[in-house]
Amino acid sequence: MGGMTLTASPDLTTAPAAVELDGVVKRFGAVTAVDGVSLTIRPGEVVALLGPNGAGKTTTVDMLLGLQRPTDGAVRVYGRAPHEAVALGLVAAVMQTGALLKDYTVAETVRLTAVLFGRTRAEAQAALRRAGLADVANRLVGKCSGGQQQRLRFAMALLPDPELLILDEPTTGMDVAGRHEFWSAIRQDTARGRTVIFATHYLEEADAYADRVVFVRRGRVVADGTAAEVKAMASGRTVRATLPGAAESQLLAVPGVDRAEVRGDTVLLHGGDSDEIARYLLTRTAAHDLEITSRNLEDAFLALTAEDPA
Amino acid sequence: MTVTTRTLPRFGGFSLGMIALELRRLMRNKRTVVFTLVLPAVFFLLFGTSSQYKSERVGGGNVTGYVLVSMAVYGAMLATTSGGAMVSIERAAGWSRQLRLTPLRPAAYVATKITLAMIIGAVSVAVAFAVGALSGARLPASAWVLCALLAWVCALVFAAFGLFMGYLLPSENVMQILGPVLAVLSFAGGLFVPVDDLGHTFATIAKFTPVYGVGELARAPLTHDGNLWLAAVNVVVWTALFAAGAVWRFRRDTARV
Ligand SMILES: Nc1ncnc2c1ncn2[C@@H]1O[C@H](COP(=O)(O)OP(=O)(O)OP(=O)(O)O)[C@@H](O)[C@H]1O
Ligand SMILES: [Mg+2]
Repeated sequence: MGGMTLTASPDLTTAPAAVELDGVVKRFGAVTAVDGVSLTIRPGEVVALLGPNGAGKTTTVDMLLGLQRPTDGAVRVYGRAPHEAVALGLVAAVMQTGALLKDYTVAETVRLTAVLFGRTRAEAQAALRRAGLADVANRLVGKCSGGQQQRLRFAMALLPDPELLILDEPTTGMDVAGRHEFWSAIRQDTARGRTVIFATHYLEEADAYADRVVFVRRGRVVADGTAAEVKAMASGRTVRATLPGAAESQLLAVPGVDRAEVRGDTVLLHGGDSDEIARYLLTRTAAHDLEITSRNLEDAFLALTAEDPA
Repeated sequence: MTVTTRTLPRFGGFSLGMIALELRRLMRNKRTVVFTLVLPAVFFLLFGTSSQYKSERVGGGNVTGYVLVSMAVYGAMLATTSGGAMVSIERAAGWSRQLRLTPLRPAAYVATKITLAMIIGAVSVAVAFAVGALSGARLPASAWVLCALLAWVCALVFAAFGLFMGYLLPSENVMQILGPVLAVLSFAGGLFVPVDDLGHTFATIAKFTPVYGVGELARAPLTHDGNLWLAAVNVVVWTALFAAGAVWRFRRDTARV
């Protein structure tokens, strides 16, 4: 029986992370696209990568897929080098651009993917059906609508049954109904425990579908938290008041305050219940000139991803 | 979803299944079919089947047979070049990037393209020879086989050429550039007019162009003349040069990742 303990199934602490980025830097000549990103993503997490144009999302994704080699730092996907993980079908992706041949039919494209991954014809058919492409199976890819092409990319990505699915702005250019349909499919899929990383500009998508949100700006991670944390941070209000001589530590002790900032005589208190904060300030301190502003996810996004003034 | 049961495909992903699908796609492309299968046969019918050519003898056959072999070489060349040049279209469409997200190794991808090029090259030669047999071409029995085989095998030069160009020129319409180039090379290489009819200086230069060797070798079983060593060296050197060029561009392409 002693041998059993040695071969026990790996516990959660020793199982490899789905994604491990360690001090990853990517430069293109003078441009630093990714500037020292360290990130660990556990199996089963659904992570949104948010950031403005040129933040380095696609470059990060490319490195996870082995399409770009980092200038510095290490990338591991399920404990392996990215190209190896890709070849084994551990990771698959729906890319931001291109990647389809117009003169293949939908069915042929999926069958070719199946052939390459050593999957059967029946599995290819099942993938077509799952992606809702059965009706257009014999249509040339070049004649398919943008939404159909995107579903085709999705079907191809799911064929190897990857542990990790990467989506780079998967719904860009889709109408509202198309986006809804696409995300329902993803949600059904992730219910089975697949790890998903998606880059997006749509905050509501990050809000609705991600367990964890990573904000990037100019190649750096500027915020990283659960969707709930980000929402709490984003959905509260800010109470602004004039209160000379206040210290941040004192302000943090005010009931309901989760963040506080002192700018000269002005204090900025952030929290979920602004009424409670305002009442406290007016009744228990010398604060005056109160102003209450609400912050939404959009504001948080803009604040976190805005350019430095310098 | 188990990590441990996943395995890599054999031969780096090179498979008959992929070749079959790729062939089907190629045959769907009207332009490819016309240029590689129809055009050489039509050229043969237009330029090689006059009654004078049918009665004039060359080696063990007739001039019509001579023109047929030249046109078969031309067809094989167009076919293998466009097979190799598929790379260019696929790079431009971002398909190569998509393939990089599969277990298909880059070397297996190139091997697939060369196989495809050689398959359509074989079909092109077969079509030309079938048309020739029905339209008055006369060749010694052994030459029917040997000329066809040589035209086909030597067209490997142009599979390498197509690949090189495919990696060099990322374009959706690469054959629109390469078609005229091949026509000029064919002319210079003596496929349309014998090089000796071009004047001494030009004939000397022509012997160093890449089509010359293939044409000379392919027609040798019929004509039994010409400098076969020179022709063989021509084929080997040009294949080596184009293959080296293709490898060089291919390396750059995969290094950039
Ligand atoms: N191959 C390349 N050569 C040079 N610069 C590049 C290359 N790829 C990306 N960049 C630059 O790197 C930076 C990050 O680009 P990236 O495509 O990763 O951004 P992104 O976050 O995906 O943006 P978007 O939201 O617009 O898709 C940009 O400044 C971009 O111009
Ligand atoms: Mg991008």
